[in-house]
Amino acid sequence: MVNEFKVLLVDDEEDFVHTLVKRLRKRKLEVGAVLSGKEAIRAVSESPPDVVVLDVKMPDMDGIETLKQIKTLKPSIEVIMLTGHANVEVAIRGMELGAFDYLMKPIEIDELLYKLQDAFKKKWCNPDDQECAIPNSLKTK
Amino acid sequence: MKDANPNVTKELNEHTKYYRSLTINMVLIIVLVSIMPLILASVTIGYFFDISYKEKVADHVVTLVKKHQQSIDSFLKQRVANIRSLARIFSFDQLNNDAFLKERLLVLQEEYGSIFVDIGLVNQNGIQIAYAGPYSLKNADYSKSEWFKQSIDTDVYVSDVFHGLRGVPHFIIAVRREREDGTRWILRATVDFESFNSLVENIRIGKTGFAFILNRRGEFQTQPRFEISKTKAPYIEFMAGEKIRPDQIGFVEQSLGSGEDTLHVMAPLKGGNWLLAFQQNSSDAYKVLEYARLLTLGIFWLGGLGIIVVAILLSKRMVRHIARADLEKEMMNEQVIEAGKLASLGELAAGIAHEINNPVAIMAEEAGWIEDLLTEEDFKDSENLDEFRRALSQIRTQGKRCKEITHKLLSFARKTDPTVKNVQLNEMIEDVIALSEQRAKYANVKLFSELDNELPTVDVSPSEVQQVLLNLVNNAVDALEPQGGKVTLSSKVENNFIVIDVADDGPGIPKANLSRIFDPFFTTKPVGKGTGLGLSICYGIIKKMGGEISVSSAVSLGTTFHIRIPVPEKAATESSG
Repeated sequence: MVNEFKVLLVDDEEDFVHTLVKRLRKRKLEVGAVLSGKEAIRAVSESPPDVVVLDVKMPDMDGIETLKQIKTLKPSIEVIMLTGHANVEVAIRGMELGAFDYLMKPIEIDELLYKLQDAFKKKWCNPDDQECAIPNSLKTK
Repeated sequence: MKDANPNVTKELNEHTKYYRSLTINMVLIIVLVSIMPLILASVTIGYFFDISYKEKVADHVVTLVKKHQQSIDSFLKQRVANIRSLARIFSFDQLNNDAFLKERLLVLQEEYGSIFVDIGLVNQNGIQIAYAGPYSLKNADYSKSEWFKQSIDTDVYVSDVFHGLRGVPHFIIAVRREREDGTRWILRATVDFESFNSLVENIRIGKTGFAFILNRRGEFQTQPRFEISKTKAPYIEFMAGEKIRPDQIGFVEQSLGSGEDTLHVMAPLKGGNWLLAFQQNSSDAYKVLEYARLLTLGIFWLGGLGIIVVAILLSKRMVRHIARADLEKEMMNEQVIEAGKLASLGELAAGIAHEINNPVAIMAEEAGWIEDLLTEEDFKDSENLDEFRRALSQIRTQGKRCKEITHKLLSFARKTDPTVKNVQLNEMIEDVIALSEQRAKYANVKLFSELDNELPTVDVSPSEVQQVLLNLVNNAVDALEPQGGKVTLSSKVENNFIVIDVADDGPGIPKANLSRIFDPFFTTKPVGKGTGLGLSICYGIIKKMGGEISVSSAVSLGTTFHIRIPVPEKAATESSG
């Protein structure tokens, strides 16, 4: 049973990220947030999270590039791509590059939680173990 | 569509009118240009032929008459010479003997046939004192006869034809001599009318041409074979001329008003006392001319009829071609699409969708946050809690709606898998037909395929191609609803391109819409039924493949979309090899 489940949000939309962080923290989830790919790489190398929720469309360093670097640094980190619809192709490419899944903005909090559950299961649960418990913080209401 | 119908009908009517007047103009021009020279040539040739032929006929007749004039004149001269020589050689006493005269008559008859009927010697009192011949005219008294009165004063006299004592038409050649004592005597011979008549009787041309001899008073000297024309005026006029030269020939064409024109040719005989006349109906004389005229007219009518028929058929065919060419041209014109504008509009659409997405995402997030906060104890007792919840859920619902809209705007891109594979487009067409069959059946639309079996494979994203084809087929089926029709998908290779046509026989796309058809958000469907992005997405997909998509449409005839996908060099050579 792992209780520590760290999530890192990467998005250049500050307002979006902050609200999302507040909401997730309210659910007692350990969430960090950065506003660019470069900061994300730094954060990943300093204190690696379990899951990275990564917006694909960002200035400077885009999601794909960030994904590549994260996967090189810490292949065990699961990455959920976050996209607008126009960038679905990019998200799909991201999955080819090893992203766990993708979500489309605007996201439903429950949807995000399901994906996080999946990521958690993939990382910590034995595929045969149906009863694998997920942390309360990831449960939807 | 109902509103458009009267306009379409009007347009079609105008087209038909235009092509009909075009046909008529062409027919008229062809007929005019073909028939005018025909008429001019016919008239000119006819005119000159007419003149020259008439001249020829006149020449011929005149020559004939001249020849006979000479022969008749010489006949008369010879007969006169016969009698004159008798009168000169033999004396009055010798001749004053019936037996001797009979002998002379026999010699003459042996020599010239039955021209001379009888021969007689007349004294100066007009009594025939000797006679040889078939009639018993010895001692006949000619003193009162016209011919006697005339001949007693001249050396040689040839009488007009008369009946005389014997009651048979004949004429007399009389030669006057003088004895030593001064008493005059006359040797006269009768020329057989029949044999003289045969001289002119045999002058015949055609059916109505015949000759006869008249005297100065217009009395017949020979028996005309036919009734002569109603009037002898031309002859009498001719004879009345001051002094007629022996070589003078008269040629008169007389119109009697009854349509029976007559040719008259006249030549003087016997020093102008007699007239050799030849007469023929113009219609008979100019029979060949008439025949030629009829023939020409016949050819003219037949030819003219042929020209008109050919002109009509040809014009109709040409106008049909022109109409088809016009239609094709119209279709071509309407294919011109502003590619640059399209691309930027497409990008703008995607951009707007994306940019709106983020603020909506934030709004939804904030609403969610408030919802989260409402679960805290502080708010549990708030009287407006339910109202807050309702408002927040409304914000979430509307956020979802926004999401759906942007989603829809970009949904086409989301669905497709851009993975490129080597595909046989014919198979894809068959797949699309199979997929659309059910829907088409409900819309009463039949789907057909005309596939080129030699089609090379190409490297494209099958899901994208399928999306494009499905979109086009769906549009075609929509256009045919509800009256039904047919949609044909065809494939062929054309200059290193695979060309796929999606053709329907629906109402077509009005000109005004055609140029905007690939524009993003352009739709003729009711609000909420279409995004107006289908074709612009298709356009984007095909462009991305390096291909082209175009449309040709004519109102009330149908619409065809043409997709051109480039064949890679290698595949092209493979398929050709």
